[in-house]
Amino acid sequence: MIVNGIITGSIIVLGATGLTLTYGILRFANFAHGDLMTLGAYAALTLAGMNLPFGVVFVIAMAFTAAAGILLDTVLYRPLRKRGSIVLLISSIGAALLLRNLVLIIWGPRMRYYSQDIQIAYMMPFGIRIKPDELLIIGIAAALIVLVHIFLKKTRMGKAMRATADNAELAQIAGIDTDRVVMWTWGIGCALAAAAGILLGMEVQLRPQMGWDILLPLFAAVILGGIGRPYGAMAGGIIIGLSQEISTAFISTAYKPAVSFAVLILVLLIRPSGIFGGEGRWS
Amino acid sequence: MVIGGLEGYLIVFLVMSGIFAILTLGLNLQWGITGLFNIGIAGFFAVGAYTSAIITTVQSPDHLGGYGMPFITGILGAGALSGMIAWLVGIPTLRLKGDYLAIATIGIAETIRLIFTNESWLSNGTRGITGIPGPLREVLPHYYYNLFYLLITAAFAGLAFLFIERALHSPWGRVLRTIREDEMMAAATGKDVFHFKMQCLVTGAVIMGVAGGLYAHFIGFISPEVFKPMQFTFLIWVMLIVGGAGNNKGAVLGAVAVWGLWTGTEFLIDALELSTDYQTKAGALRIITISIALELILLLRPEGLLGETKKTFD
Repeated sequence: MIVNGIITGSIIVLGATGLTLTYGILRFANFAHGDLMTLGAYAALTLAGMNLPFGVVFVIAMAFTAAAGILLDTVLYRPLRKRGSIVLLISSIGAALLLRNLVLIIWGPRMRYYSQDIQIAYMMPFGIRIKPDELLIIGIAAALIVLVHIFLKKTRMGKAMRATADNAELAQIAGIDTDRVVMWTWGIGCALAAAAGILLGMEVQLRPQMGWDILLPLFAAVILGGIGRPYGAMAGGIIIGLSQEISTAFISTAYKPAVSFAVLILVLLIRPSGIFGGEGRWS
Repeated sequence: MVIGGLEGYLIVFLVMSGIFAILTLGLNLQWGITGLFNIGIAGFFAVGAYTSAIITTVQSPDHLGGYGMPFITGILGAGALSGMIAWLVGIPTLRLKGDYLAIATIGIAETIRLIFTNESWLSNGTRGITGIPGPLREVLPHYYYNLFYLLITAAFAGLAFLFIERALHSPWGRVLRTIREDEMMAAATGKDVFHFKMQCLVTGAVIMGVAGGLYAHFIGFISPEVFKPMQFTFLIWVMLIVGGAGNNKGAVLGAVAVWGLWTGTEFLIDALELSTDYQTKAGALRIITISIALELILLLRPEGLLGETKKTFD
């Protein structure tokens, strides 16, 4: 159960980190994030069908989704940016439905799998069973998170992104090209979304609805960690993943999405700025 | 007795338009006037539909119920429960920025759908509730029953319209609009912003719940499948934005126009007799069309067909 929680958690961590970056820097809740995950997962399905090696599939799918995100921003979001975050939110819901139904038309409504092989679980100490795929999921998620960490801490662009998330006007005055920051944010946020989508597809299966169904846990993780805080989102993702899985000991597994909702409401009641949120700048 | 199929269809269309108009008016109160971002409309509608169904149906081994109460009690119960849920959602979210309410309403809608899908003792799970009575359904022939129901729906829609129209021009409505434009200012003039928002959220949800009840009694059958949360909610949003947020006439116009487009294309797809696979894809194409329409309106005509009639000071 704990292992399952960590697997689900690491998928949520990847999705939530991307979501919190766009949320913090662009200052609106992008409801199309889940469906960008779906797009990335399906792009990988097509690439995998071309018999490309796994690593290549992964990188191309991430780049493709990043490009799709930047396109979405240029066409739909940028012209609306001055009209406030809620108008952007409405637009993103439209974009979400657009993406999901495009996926449905291109790849069909049925469930798809990357591989039909049945994997034999490894026996780990303490009687833990884990499948090779699941080890891979945790490994990839951890590696990407380390990469994001290095990017945010060490590179100029990473620092510029953090500065913009903290205070956009101040960052602009300090000579940061905020347009480029916005582009990079979309690129990285959507690349992470694609990675999360692929891992989700490996763990369960591919459905056009898959990204939308995980959006609520993603938002719960983002708010739990404090909006715009990548490290908060990482912690939030693991907490949400674990609480969803542990809840299955007490209530029906069908209620997993409702568990993240309950956690979310609890956070909003007790500490709306998130557990690492400081003085609640966003409220 | 044969009565023109087209006319019969028109009546059904008008009843459904009326129900959607009530929903859109409820959303107009919340979003158009006050700026509350509710994307859990499907949830409030579903609560209304199930509540009214459970209150009015006769005893059944499949789900909770057996109260056999009259139609109007069902509708009142529908509005009351829906309003109570809105109140619960409002407590943690209405003091915060708008996005939190958005995320919380989508959460509650999803939770409501999960409950109705999984708690069979309550709602008969995915099989849904059948045999929901309608007023005078046993007495009137089918055609006249639909006509009678159209009158009922029109009465409720008119009531909602007049109520919100009056509210708009009352001091209460002015406070709500001030909250939308500048929450700080509303607070600075001594208005308790949280309570005004709460009243608006709850009132809007009551209206949506009533619409749910009206739907259940008209169709006579409900199941969780009817309330695909996002598609349904999105449709209402498109109706309001197309019609013109903030304008009650726009809300009604948008509801009728978009519902016409929506059912019209469904009709077309049915008429083409495609294979199931293509039917799903054609359905997806409909949603894509509606999404594009929304994006275009947002980009090119943000005020909708009929914008809000702005008065500087009334």
